[in-house]
Amino acid sequence: MGGLLYNVFIDPFMQMGSAPDLLLQVLWEGFVSGTLYALIALGFVLIFKASGVFNFAQGIMVVFGALSLVGLIALGVPAILAIVMCIGIMAALAYSVEKLVLRPLVNQEPIILFMATIGLNFFLIGLGELVFGGEPKVMPTEQLGLPTGSWDFDVLGGLVIIQQLDVAAAAVACTLVAGLAIFFNKTRIGRALRAVADDHQAALSVGISLNQIWRIVWFSAGIVALATGIMWGARSDVSFALSIVALKALPVLILGGFTSIPGAIVGGLIIGFGEKIAEFYWGPLVGGSIESWFPYFLALIFLLFRPQGLFGEKIIDRV
Amino acid sequence: MSAAEQLAPASRELLLNIENVSLSFGGVKAIRDVSFDVRKGEIRAIIGPNGAGKTSMLNVINGFYHPQEGTITYRGESRRDMRPHIAATQGIARTFQNVALFRGMTTLDNIMTGRTLKMKTGLFWHLFRWGPAETEELEHREQVERIIDFLEIQAIRKTPVGRLPYGLQKRVELGRALAMEPELLLLDEPMAGMNLEEKEDMSRFILDVSSQFGTTIALIEHDMGVVMDLSDRVVVLDYGQKIADGTPDEVKSNQDVIDAYLGVAH
Repeated sequence: MGGLLYNVFIDPFMQMGSAPDLLLQVLWEGFVSGTLYALIALGFVLIFKASGVFNFAQGIMVVFGALSLVGLIALGVPAILAIVMCIGIMAALAYSVEKLVLRPLVNQEPIILFMATIGLNFFLIGLGELVFGGEPKVMPTEQLGLPTGSWDFDVLGGLVIIQQLDVAAAAVACTLVAGLAIFFNKTRIGRALRAVADDHQAALSVGISLNQIWRIVWFSAGIVALATGIMWGARSDVSFALSIVALKALPVLILGGFTSIPGAIVGGLIIGFGEKIAEFYWGPLVGGSIESWFPYFLALIFLLFRPQGLFGEKIIDRV
Repeated sequence: MSAAEQLAPASRELLLNIENVSLSFGGVKAIRDVSFDVRKGEIRAIIGPNGAGKTSMLNVINGFYHPQEGTITYRGESRRDMRPHIAATQGIARTFQNVALFRGMTTLDNIMTGRTLKMKTGLFWHLFRWGPAETEELEHREQVERIIDFLEIQAIRKTPVGRLPYGLQKRVELGRALAMEPELLLLDEPMAGMNLEEKEDMSRFILDVSSQFGTTIALIEHDMGVVMDLSDRVVVLDYGQKIADGTPDEVKSNQDVIDAYLGVAH
């Protein structure tokens, strides 16, 4: 018994102290995953804020964006042009979703809209397989100008290896997250978005067009999905399994709150750091690979004590 | 007194004309064959007992409801179905019976949303909040500050509106509507649930809006004393039908109106 307690509560911290270079390496890995989780979660938050819908299809949008890019480059389209075309595809997707899915279902219960996004999810899987085929593909990092080497640092008496690709991924994620946060907090369109989230009728009465806001939000979510798809696809490969990774955004959202942009950022980082540290220091105790369920475990604990998340709006129903 | 006010209200230029409008929800007839007009610069009250169809009437005017029959002519343009977004574009602003503010936002941001349609810079500049988007934001901020001064709510500029007392929320809602620089302002029970002092303040603001900005106002109100003091002309609805229309004095002495309010058996 004493041995177990030692292994759980003392030994991991002893390890952290005795090999700070390893800890640094683990923290870096956690940071990179965290920024990417934050990015995915942001896609969900945007749509949830403006329409109160949990967009089940966000994960497949990530895959769809990445697949389109790989497919276009494979056809010989120059990388820059391919990216622009992918942004166009995401805009077309946002427009069609608003026109064909959201508009006919306006004023329906959130659960019905949620079901519609599940339908959208299957539609996009089918369309993706039809157009691009089901086999995994490799993201052409060279054409996209993404670095592939690594930097080795001698610090704290050890070696920390930092993949240049990870640095690029973190940089892209941070830029997008910061840009979107400013866009949605400080501009007219951001204010309109928050207005729509608060009260549909009042928003209409000041002349905010719901349809326009929905298109902007779905387009932003599409851009976020595309960026995530490119960076994540470059780190592993591009396949439909990526959409499962995107569902890691769920614990991030539970932690951060479904309606909060800062929440998505902080939640993403907590999950990123948490899962890597747990995997490295506590994973061996139970035979490893706790990375895949640890975020959900963390989310469960959060649900117990703070169901609205760290930054979510407190749900108070007056009766 | 402005020039418009010196003319008799009924002879001023027509702004809004409601003709034979009927609205029903399934078997419930909310409005039956109602006609009345609103003239430029006047304060027009719509009164009537609970369930008379007053709020439905406002909802028809700004396009939340689409009547089954009748036409609405606004600024010379006739249509049956107004859409809220179009109504806002054409200068119709409104407040709601149960305050409909954006609760998570500050007073300032709430009023800024009223400037949505006045802001023109495109999405591109907004992505960076830079160049024209920033200049524009500042210009509109100035306008909004003027409204804040006008309504004497400087102290709560940065307070999230969810935390404000009801009377102040109503004032912020009026501010948001004023930020749209409307030609026609629809007020749904602007004084409901207020104490005497708050009612006096609100009455003063409504009169000032009318005289300083020349805004045409159509309002629904229950407090008879307030209605009779404020308005130029009054239309009375009961069970979805118009039972009287005229100056406060005419309406006050109308037997149908007295019956409706005292509850004579129909």
